[in-house]
Amino acid sequence: MLVAGSVTAKKYTVSTPAALQRALQSASDGDTLLIKSGKYPVGNLVITRRLILLGENFPVLDGGFRNEIITVKSSGVHIEGIQFENVPQTSTIDYAGVKVVESENVTVKNNRFRNCYFGVYLSATNKAKVTGNDIAGTPREEQTTGNGIHAWKCDSVFITGNRVTGHRDGIYFEFVTNSAVKYNYTSRNIRYGLHFMFSHNDLYEHNTFENNGAGVAVMYTRKVTMKHNQFISNWGASAYGLLLKDISESRMEHNRFYSNTVGIYMDGCSRSVLEKNEFSENGIALRLQANCDANTISNNNFTRNTFNMGTSGNTTYNTISGNYWDNYEGYDLNRDGIGDVPFRPVSLFSVLIERVPQAMMIFRSFTASLLERVEKIIPGITPDRLMDEKPRMKPVNLASFAANKN
Amino acid sequence: MNKVIKYVIYDIVRNRFVLSYTLLLLFTSLAFYGFGSEGNKGVLSLLNIILMVVPLVSIVFTTIQFYNSYEFLELLSAQPISRGTIFLSQFWGINLSLCLAFFIGVGIPTWIYDGTGAGATLVLCGLLLSLVFVSLALFACTLTRDRAKGIGIALGLWFYFCLLYDGLALTVLMMFSDYPLDKVSLALTALNPVDLARILILMKLDISALLGITGAIFQKFFTSEKGMIISILLLLFWIMLPLLKAYRTFLKKDL
Repeated sequence: MLVAGSVTAKKYTVSTPAALQRALQSASDGDTLLIKSGKYPVGNLVITRRLILLGENFPVLDGGFRNEIITVKSSGVHIEGIQFENVPQTSTIDYAGVKVVESENVTVKNNRFRNCYFGVYLSATNKAKVTGNDIAGTPREEQTTGNGIHAWKCDSVFITGNRVTGHRDGIYFEFVTNSAVKYNYTSRNIRYGLHFMFSHNDLYEHNTFENNGAGVAVMYTRKVTMKHNQFISNWGASAYGLLLKDISESRMEHNRFYSNTVGIYMDGCSRSVLEKNEFSENGIALRLQANCDANTISNNNFTRNTFNMGTSGNTTYNTISGNYWDNYEGYDLNRDGIGDVPFRPVSLFSVLIERVPQAMMIFRSFTASLLERVEKIIPGITPDRLMDEKPRMKPVNLASFAANKN
Repeated sequence: MNKVIKYVIYDIVRNRFVLSYTLLLLFTSLAFYGFGSEGNKGVLSLLNIILMVVPLVSIVFTTIQFYNSYEFLELLSAQPISRGTIFLSQFWGINLSLCLAFFIGVGIPTWIYDGTGAGATLVLCGLLLSLVFVSLALFACTLTRDRAKGIGIALGLWFYFCLLYDGLALTVLMMFSDYPLDKVSLALTALNPVDLARILILMKLDISALLGITGAIFQKFFTSEKGMIISILLLLFWIMLPLLKAYRTFLKKDL
């Protein structure tokens, strides 16, 4: 591989735990360890040299719930094709299947992680690649379950094509900058599918976040780009497809929000653009809190949501324009595809259940639709200035969402 | 009893009202399922029709039918048939014809075009609502011998359950919004068969997603097996209660 040209590189083939331990000690920079298939009960393996670890038919490195399995403390390490099993939960140290500490250019590729407290843990590591790993945990409680892929204080990392299920957060970023998260699939994690904080200038593309405890939550970050992602079936009392908390100067483009309690919940966001997204069959498609400003919400499709929009005040510091709302009842006399009457996407009932959640009991009753009609004619309770001046008559033609799973 | 039921049904079928009711339902359902190509939209549109029309037709038809066959009832009372049998045959005769009409008008199109759990719940709730309002109508009829008064009471009941009640419930919820209202809203729902039916159907449609945000108790109750069974039992209770009251009155009534 990388070091094939190196004259001094040696290749060790190991098939017993003891041989593996010996090889790790005697190998020097650039050497390759080929681990034969089989079961290897191991303690903590610390890698301090630039090694390539290759597994043949997924040899099992079993931590036996005693210790962390691999700790990488050297740059340029490559780990591929190995199955990591049974990493214990600890309260002081975050044990992981593979932990990388203060190194560069580390690759963790096509491995399997089973019952690991943390799957891959990157700590103060730049230019790491985590690709094609299959990470499945057995979730317990939020406090006693670790994250699938955890990155702290990193720069330029690539997380691509991983599958994460059964952890606390599927992918967790804290102080991770200039990084890319692509083609990942996270599902059934007990907290968030993706969770990041203070992680500026990151790119998220073609990921699917499905059926996670509380969806996806991203906070205190600027310059985030999210494109072509799918947020599916995140249901629950405080679950969101995507929670944007204090996000600024970001772009959310061509994402699909399907069947979530709340599609996007925007809180304290500014100068961000939401464009060409598809919101369908959500409880509330878009919740725009009154503390958001200077955001542009345009060319999105809102179809078959219980409520298209919810808000907490009557502020209108955002631009909402050119979206398609399936319950728009206006007309288009000049036939330019834009409705001639502005549309107010916040319905009376969504304001009502804001104040009295139990009013839900009369949802879709005759009385409720009567009140809604009256409110449409004379807006009294709903924010009358929050409107789409140019509602579309027909949905925006969006490129289809290919199955992001891989 | 079967013989009496047979004559009641024969009488009902002869006057073509039930036939036109069947056709009305059938055309409405076909139209809604024909238009709404998207998922549950058909069921959702039908929901409002069923919650308004089915109770109205059931209650008005039963009242009229009861007063129209008053002489027949008097005649039967002269025969060696117990009052109970006469009353129950009237109840079952009307019920069977209305339920059959509903089943043909809504049940079959739903089965063909929808076929989901939500559709099945819709049909079940429609049938139960028919039964509820037939028994409410009989309750109204046994209260008075005056035909106009009887129809007035029946319409009043319909107005109360279908229109007024939700407004009142909303007012109560708004007034006491500072207090925990989860259980109160459950109780308020249980006190109106129309609300019970509506929520049962809504919970089967995907919009139950929303109830995640509002009152967890509400959602937990109605989506659980236990909640479903309790709601259906409550609807059965709503059939039994007015029926029992009407039955008691009819036994002792001076015809």
